[in-house]
Amino acid sequence: MARVLMKGNEAIGEAAIRAGCRFFFGYPITPQSEVPEYLAKRFPEVDGHFIQAESEVAASNMIYGAACSGTRVLTTSSSPGISLMSEAISYCAGTEVPVVFVNIVRAGPGLGGILPSQGDYWQATRGMGHGDFRILVLAPNCVQEAADLIMLAFDLADKYTNPVMILGDGIIGQMMEPVEFGEMVDPETLPEKPWALTGAKGREPNILTSLFLDPNVLEALNQRLLAKYRQMEAVEKRWETYNISDNMDLAVYAWGTMSRIGKTAIDELKERGIEIGLFRPITLYPYPYEAAGEVASKAKKLISIELSTGQMIDDVRLAAPGREVNFFGRQGGIVPTPEDVRDEFLKLIES
Amino acid sequence: MIETIFSRPESLREVSTHYCPGCTHGITHRLIAEVLDELGLRERTVGVAPVGCAVLAYNYFNCDFAEAAHGRAPAMATGIKRCRPNLIVFTYQGDGDLASIGTAEIFHAANRGEKFTVIFVNNAIYGMTGGQMAPTTMPNQKATTCPFGRDVETAGYPVRVCEVLSKITTPSYIARVTAAVPKEIPRAKDALRKAFQYQAENRCFSLVEFVSTCPTNWGMNPLKACEWAVSDMMPYYPLGEFKTPDDPLPAGLNLIEGDE
Repeated sequence: MARVLMKGNEAIGEAAIRAGCRFFFGYPITPQSEVPEYLAKRFPEVDGHFIQAESEVAASNMIYGAACSGTRVLTTSSSPGISLMSEAISYCAGTEVPVVFVNIVRAGPGLGGILPSQGDYWQATRGMGHGDFRILVLAPNCVQEAADLIMLAFDLADKYTNPVMILGDGIIGQMMEPVEFGEMVDPETLPEKPWALTGAKGREPNILTSLFLDPNVLEALNQRLLAKYRQMEAVEKRWETYNISDNMDLAVYAWGTMSRIGKTAIDELKERGIEIGLFRPITLYPYPYEAAGEVASKAKKLISIELSTGQMIDDVRLAAPGREVNFFGRQGGIVPTPEDVRDEFLKLIES
Repeated sequence: MIETIFSRPESLREVSTHYCPGCTHGITHRLIAEVLDELGLRERTVGVAPVGCAVLAYNYFNCDFAEAAHGRAPAMATGIKRCRPNLIVFTYQGDGDLASIGTAEIFHAANRGEKFTVIFVNNAIYGMTGGQMAPTTMPNQKATTCPFGRDVETAGYPVRVCEVLSKITTPSYIARVTAAVPKEIPRAKDALRKAFQYQAENRCFSLVEFVSTCPTNWGMNPLKACEWAVSDMMPYYPLGEFKTPDDPLPAGLNLIEGDE
C-alpha cells in the first residue's frame, strides 16, 4: 500500500482496523477525539462498530466486556479520561484479558490543559490502577510508528492476555505525516481464544473474574502475572539509539515527541564538533535498562529531557546507578524549541 | 418406571449457595435458570455478576459468566452483546450496584436500548458489606450508616428504578415482581420469560426488578422479612409491568429524515 498523509489520531484508528479490530467504545476528550470521529465514519465500510459510551468509566468497562468475549477491541482517551479508566484496566489485568488503550496525554494535573505533555509517564508505567500489576506501554514518536505500534499492541495484548497502552501526546495525535499501513488482518483468521465467553455449548462454562477470595489462589495469580512480566522484560524491550559513539560529551534520554526535538539539537551541535547521543525507549514498560545503561557508560554526562517535571528520569537513574542524571523539561503544555534544548545541552557540557 | 417431575434446572450447577437462610436470591436464581432452560438458551447465555451479595453468582449458574466491577455490569454486558449479538446476555445486580454506583451505566444502557436483560434485586439495603443504607432504603428504615433511620431531608427519598427507567423514550420492557410472596412467583417467572424472549427476538432492553428480602441485615426472621417486604416496600415499590416494547412512542417526536 502507498504512503498517505494522515493525522496521527486518524492513523491510529486506521491501524486498529488493519490489526483486525472491529469494535471501538469511547468517549470524546481533547486531544484524541479524531480517533472516535474517524472510526465512526470509517467502521461501517469494514463492518465495524463504533459505540459512544456515556463516560470513560463505561467505555473502559465496555471494552473489558468486549475483550472477555474474545474480540479485538480498542479505546482511546486523554489523561483525565485515562484516570477514569484505571478501574477497568486493573480488572482487565486481574482477569487476564487482552485490551488496547491509547492515551494521548495532555498537561495536568486535574483538568489541566489540552496541550501536549508527558506527565502520565508514572501513571502508565508505575500506577495504572489499584493492585499489583503491570501493563505493556509503547511510546511512538511519529505517525508511522504510532500506526506500527497499534498493530503490534493488538498482537502483544493477545500474546500476554494483558492490557497494552500506547502513550502518545497531543503532538503525535494532531500532526500530519506520511504513513504506510501494514497488511489488513482479517478478524476471522485470528487464533481462537478458548477462554472467551462465547456460550457454553458442548463445553464446561468459562468464567472470567478478578475475584479470588482464597489468598493462596490470589497469590498464585500474582505469581503467574509476575512470571508473565518477567517474560515481557526478557523479550519485549524495544528502543532506538541515535548518534551513539564511544566518547560522547552527553547522552540524552527522551521518549516520544521530546526525542525528535532532542535529535534536531544533536544534529546542530554535531556540526560544531560536539558529540551527543540519544537513547529513546519505545517500550516504557518494560524499560530497556541494560541498553540505556550501556549508552550511559559511553557518555561523560547524562540528561533526561521530558514534557514533565521529571518522571522518566527515575528509570534513567535505575539504568545508570551512581551516575548523576540531569534534567530539562517544560510543563503546562509548553513544548521547548530545539534551540532551547540545544542551549541546555551546551550549558551542561560547558559546566 | 418413575417419572421425574421436579429437578434442578440444567442452567443451575449442583452446588449449595452462600446466601443467608430466608434470602430470596436462591428463588430468583432458580427462576432465571428455569426460564433459560425452557427457552433453550443456556448454551448461548453469558451472565454478568455484580459486586454485592450475588458476586459469586457465576458459581451457581451453569453458563458462561463474567464478574464486573461494582455497578459496571451494564457496560460490560454492552461490550459482550455488541461483539457477539447472537449471545443471550444478562446482568444480575443489587440495589447498591445498580441504583447507586452504577446509575449512569444502567440509565444509558437502557437509553441506548441495549439488547440484554437486567435482573435487579432490590432489598433496600447493602447486604454483603453488612447492612449500610442503600439508595432504595425506605424512609426511617434503620441501617448501619443511618442508625436513626433514613432521613429523607438529607438522604432523599428511595430511588424507584422501574419508574425512572420506564420514562426513557427508547422502547424497553420494564417490570417489577417479587419472590417474597409465593403467589407472586409464577408472575415473576412470566416477567423473566418475557424479558428473555424480547432479547432473543432482538427487540429491546429488558429489566425485571425483584422486591427482595434481607432477613440478616433487616434483623428479622425470614417470615417477618417477607411480611415487611409486603407491608413496607410494596406500597412504594408496586408490582407490575411499567413499560413494554409495544407502547407507543411519545407525541412530539420529530424524527429527522436521513440524508439518503
